[in-house]
Amino acid sequence: MPGRRAVLRGLGAAGAVMALGAPAVLAQAPPRVVVVGGGFAGATCARAVKRADPTVAVTLVERSPRYTACPMSNAVIAGLRDMGAQEFGYDGVAAEGVELLRGAAVAVDPQARRVRLEDGTALPYDRLVLAPGIDLRFDALPGYDEAAAERMPHAWKAGPQSLLLRRQLEAMEDGGVVVMAVPANPYRCPPGPYERASLIAHYLKTHKPRSKLVILDAKDAFSKQRLFEAAWQELYPGLIEWVSLSFGGRVTEVDAASKTLVTEFGQHRADVATVIPPQRAGAIAAAAGVADRSGWCPIDPVTFESTLQPGIHVLGDAAIAGAMPKSAFAANGQAKVCAAAVVTLLRGETPPAPKLVNTCYSLVAPGYGISVAGVYHPKDGLLREVEGAGGTSPPNAPPETRALEARYAEAWFHTITSDVFGGAGR
Amino acid sequence: MTGSARSLALWAGVSVLAAADPGAAAGPPPGATAGAPPGAVSCAGCHAPAAVGGPVPDLTGRPAVEIVAAMQAFRGGTRPATVMDRIAKGFSDEETRAIADWLSAPGGGEARRAGP
Ligand SMILES: Cc1cc2nc3c(=O)[nH]c(=O)nc-3n(C[C@H](O)[C@H](O)[C@H](O)COP(=O)(O)OP(=O)(O)OC[C@H]3O[C@@H](n4cnc5c(N)ncnc54)[C@H](O)[C@@H]3O)c2cc1C
Repeated sequence: MPGRRAVLRGLGAAGAVMALGAPAVLAQAPPRVVVVGGGFAGATCARAVKRADPTVAVTLVERSPRYTACPMSNAVIAGLRDMGAQEFGYDGVAAEGVELLRGAAVAVDPQARRVRLEDGTALPYDRLVLAPGIDLRFDALPGYDEAAAERMPHAWKAGPQSLLLRRQLEAMEDGGVVVMAVPANPYRCPPGPYERASLIAHYLKTHKPRSKLVILDAKDAFSKQRLFEAAWQELYPGLIEWVSLSFGGRVTEVDAASKTLVTEFGQHRADVATVIPPQRAGAIAAAAGVADRSGWCPIDPVTFESTLQPGIHVLGDAAIAGAMPKSAFAANGQAKVCAAAVVTLLRGETPPAPKLVNTCYSLVAPGYGISVAGVYHPKDGLLREVEGAGGTSPPNAPPETRALEARYAEAWFHTITSDVFGGAGR
Repeated sequence: MTGSARSLALWAGVSVLAAADPGAAAGPPPGATAGAPPGAVSCAGCHAPAAVGGPVPDLTGRPAVEIVAAMQAFRGGTRPATVMDRIAKGFSDEETRAIADWLSAPGGGEARRAGP
């Protein structure tokens, strides 16, 4: 594989011709696909390109040696799960014939079709896939910067932040007040904050029953709201207070030193605070010129190719995928669709219109799961929901259904991570 | 299986057999997603290969008629479901059949992928 890259580097001219898709050159030098970001989207895409066409040279650029998955990390925070269960390696991806490059991509030259890494390495590509996930906006909420996150953890990228929040909850005295700040749409995992609220409530009810949880929300409605609120009533009566936007829920400023959250209507002093700040696509997206003013990346709904820079595809949380939520399930499906489109485009053919699915489970308590599902297709240039399909679990389902969905939530995590990282990666 | 689900299955079996195209029997190369019909690659998000295991059934290598019948029953509300009723409603008969054929083909959808 390194030999191949050296050859390509030496043949700048051939690379340039290849970028134009001349079939004669394609027959000699294999087309190159570079994927940046080895999360649910990027790792899936790298493997799927290699599978769809083993002659394509696929390089996956990932800055971290191991991946820490966010789904189920709320259970880690609530002390119901070990962090080890969230971690995955890349051996399974490498075993598939994908070349792994450890490092951070810092710049893209869309004209020359090259990605530059932090260490100066330049990677030529015929098609580039950016799947960098999110960056937390430490410039969006006055008082909330990286240092403040050490006092009021976001835990919106699973890892040390999740464990920090868990330790803070464990250290809190019974009777304490936990405050959550939740941003406006769009953000990673729409039901995630409410799953977190539920599982923190479960922890408090079990270990610190005199405590309270206040959710300060920048929205007036949220994903699976009816189901969450009914479950809170049933399982945690009086424990959770949800303050919506209209009732002054939007947090406008925080003071990390005193753990105070300021809203339009007043102030909340917390014993433990988790602040989920506004977000944007990972920084490489803006550096590549594929993010728009919203901070997210507009894409073609058939190929996931950027509408701002030809030859660059954007997947997962970083993309503006219309009605699809920013979820791991969605990222995995998008990555397979994009991989097929990339291979088809490299052959000079036109990819067919895809159909996509999302299913997101949330745990409200151990043995109590709820879900939201959707089916999506390209329409008027966007991914739109197929009408008449999808929706949430029924509001009046029996306990057996909730128990089954909790089981499926666990099973989904095992299945999807095996699909993305392969067995050998564990 | 309920009586109505069984008759649906039989009905679906007949229609799929009648529509079967012998030329398409070879299917896509194992593990390839490029030849997957719309929606097919999302199944593996929950339906793990048998090697991975779990409570959600492996679909790869299952008879296409069985998959089509199940999807029709989910869509019609005659088969109990947690989430498949909501998903099945997003696919037409034709789309469902194409997915079922792909999953049941030799090599079985993305069967080659994953595994412990
Ligand atoms: C608390 C919580 C609960 C969740 N629960 C669920 C759930 O139950 N179900 C569900 O479907 N989803 C869930 N999600 C959402 C899910 O985690 C995300 O949607 C998913 O991780 C998106 O995948 P991605 O590949 O786009 O981004 P990521 O998973 O963030 O992967 C991006 C990768 O790119 C790497 N990277 C970024 N920039 C660079 C660069 N410049 N160079 C090299 N590498 C780079 C990063 O290191 C990272 O490994 C949850 C999220 C949270 C926070």
